[in-house]
Amino acid sequence: MVFPRRATVEALEQAGTMEAVQGRSLWDDARARFFRNKAAVASLVVLAAVVIFASFGQLLTPWSNEEIDWNMLGSVAQLGAPSIENRHYFGVDETGRDLYARTVQGTRISLMVGIVGALISVIVGTAWGATAGYIGGRTDQVMMRIVDLMMSIPYMFVLILLLVVFERSILMLFIGIGLISWLDMARIARGQTLSIKNKEFVEAAQAMGVKTSTIIIRHIVPNLLGVVIVYATLLVPSMIIFESFISFLGLGVQEPSTSWGALIAAGADQMRNGTPWMLGFPLAFFVVTLFALFFLGDGLRDALDPKDR
Amino acid sequence: MLSFIIKRLAVAVPTILALIVFSFLLMEAAPGSPFATERGVPPEVLANLEAKYGLDRPLIERMGIYIWNVVTQFDFGPSFKFKDRTVNDLIAQGFPVTLTYGFWSFVVAVVVGGTLGILAAVYHNTWLDYLAVGISVGAQVLPNFVMAPILVVVFTLWLGWLPGGGWRGGQWEYVILPVIALSTSYMASIARITRSSMLETLNAQFIRTARAKGLPMRRVIFRHALKPAMLPVISYLGPAFVGMITGSVLIDVFFSTGGIGQFFVNSALSRDYSVIMGITILIGSLTVLFNLVVDVAYAWIDPKIRY
Repeated sequence: MVFPRRATVEALEQAGTMEAVQGRSLWDDARARFFRNKAAVASLVVLAAVVIFASFGQLLTPWSNEEIDWNMLGSVAQLGAPSIENRHYFGVDETGRDLYARTVQGTRISLMVGIVGALISVIVGTAWGATAGYIGGRTDQVMMRIVDLMMSIPYMFVLILLLVVFERSILMLFIGIGLISWLDMARIARGQTLSIKNKEFVEAAQAMGVKTSTIIIRHIVPNLLGVVIVYATLLVPSMIIFESFISFLGLGVQEPSTSWGALIAAGADQMRNGTPWMLGFPLAFFVVTLFALFFLGDGLRDALDPKDR
Repeated sequence: MLSFIIKRLAVAVPTILALIVFSFLLMEAAPGSPFATERGVPPEVLANLEAKYGLDRPLIERMGIYIWNVVTQFDFGPSFKFKDRTVNDLIAQGFPVTLTYGFWSFVVAVVVGGTLGILAAVYHNTWLDYLAVGISVGAQVLPNFVMAPILVVVFTLWLGWLPGGGWRGGQWEYVILPVIALSTSYMASIARITRSSMLETLNAQFIRTARAKGLPMRRVIFRHALKPAMLPVISYLGPAFVGMITGSVLIDVFFSTGGIGQFFVNSALSRDYSVIMGITILIGSLTVLFNLVVDVAYAWIDPKIRY
């Protein structure tokens, strides 16, 4: 047992003469792990389909999201059901507008909200958390106290307050979402930074006299990236839920624009009138996309953060 | 312990004050007068109205008066839209309703979620575990505004078992659907957190010791594993509380239960500033205080925390 096997010895002898094997980076490993996870890959496909639907779905229909089909008005419950002939694939809503076009438009807004929220959280949260964690001491305490303070406030109320004061608009919605989305990320980034900042390569950089800001940007942040990506993907669905909640209350997006929350609210309003498609289609899109996003996030976590399993 | 509580209070009180000042200034920045109507109000009448509500005094003075009234007398002033009622009247009317189904939702989420999580961990990798995981994964995508319409479609429209809205003084059949709609997603989160932390605890050395000395499984779980396993769950209770109190707004609107959420949304739509402010401050203070209680409970249970 002490002696290596003959085959190994031969392999070692040949090793010098063979071409160097392509090294596998950590990212390659992560990719391999990710593609082994069937649920995550399937989710990726579903999400791609949803994105394609949101981007190009409008091309398939002659109806726009605000156009009223006057033939339908007054008899939506009898005539408005989904049908290929009159090209209302998902039926029409209670005022005779094409539900397919409205779903395309709502999907667009909802996805956008999720992505913008995640982006803000990645940029602001990572910067905030990495700075607080790396500098430490009093700065860290003050910065994290601010995060704690903001987290302890029921944000939905403050955001609705903001929306009431400064007129409801998509921009205001994005600002409001931006205000809260980075808080969790800042905590996560700080925690990771604390463990990274004592590593040798950071010490080496400090010894060479590299500026603090450069160390954070060049050495800390790239090493946070795996964890940050995982939490950003998990943040997308919660941002979508957040926006849908506000829109469900009628305080979010404004007519004729719509989002999943607003569509679900409209469908729920009409459910007593025997028009199940109005609730069904938006709900299905919402649930399927959220499922896919959660599974994608789980897959990414398993791939990028293997110690966490 | 006392000094720990005082230290946390020293953070909580400024937080609440900051929230009051912030919402006050925000309302000041709001364009348009709350008395503006489509026909327009004559300037003399407007001046009288403003004098009545104290709007003609300088900003700092008004803020001082407002904070003083809120802090000392818990008085949020009159409503701008419901002329004959104060914000306190509205809160007194709506809050008991919110509290009733909010309390039951919290109990259901913690008890059902916790039980599910513990069962899943104890019977790891059996059908019970898979069922619990399945429920908690599925419920992730069923936030309250998705749950509420689905519940009404199934239990009111199809089966006709339960009323799809109203309150009737809190009779049990009017409480059930709001409670289920509000608690489902938090129940799922609690089940997930309990399961993973219980699994971790059950693999710990001290559990092995307890089992090795021949304790029955039930005693091992309840006496030894439960307390440390519940710590992550306790730290989740703060966010769960915030989520539920926010969700109550939606429940009120969807089920017309008449809680404070309904007043909140109505006043948000009609720009009734004093009501929005009052409710925001009330909810904010409740949340801060609840988080304080959770922190204290955590420190009390976890022997590792020194205060």
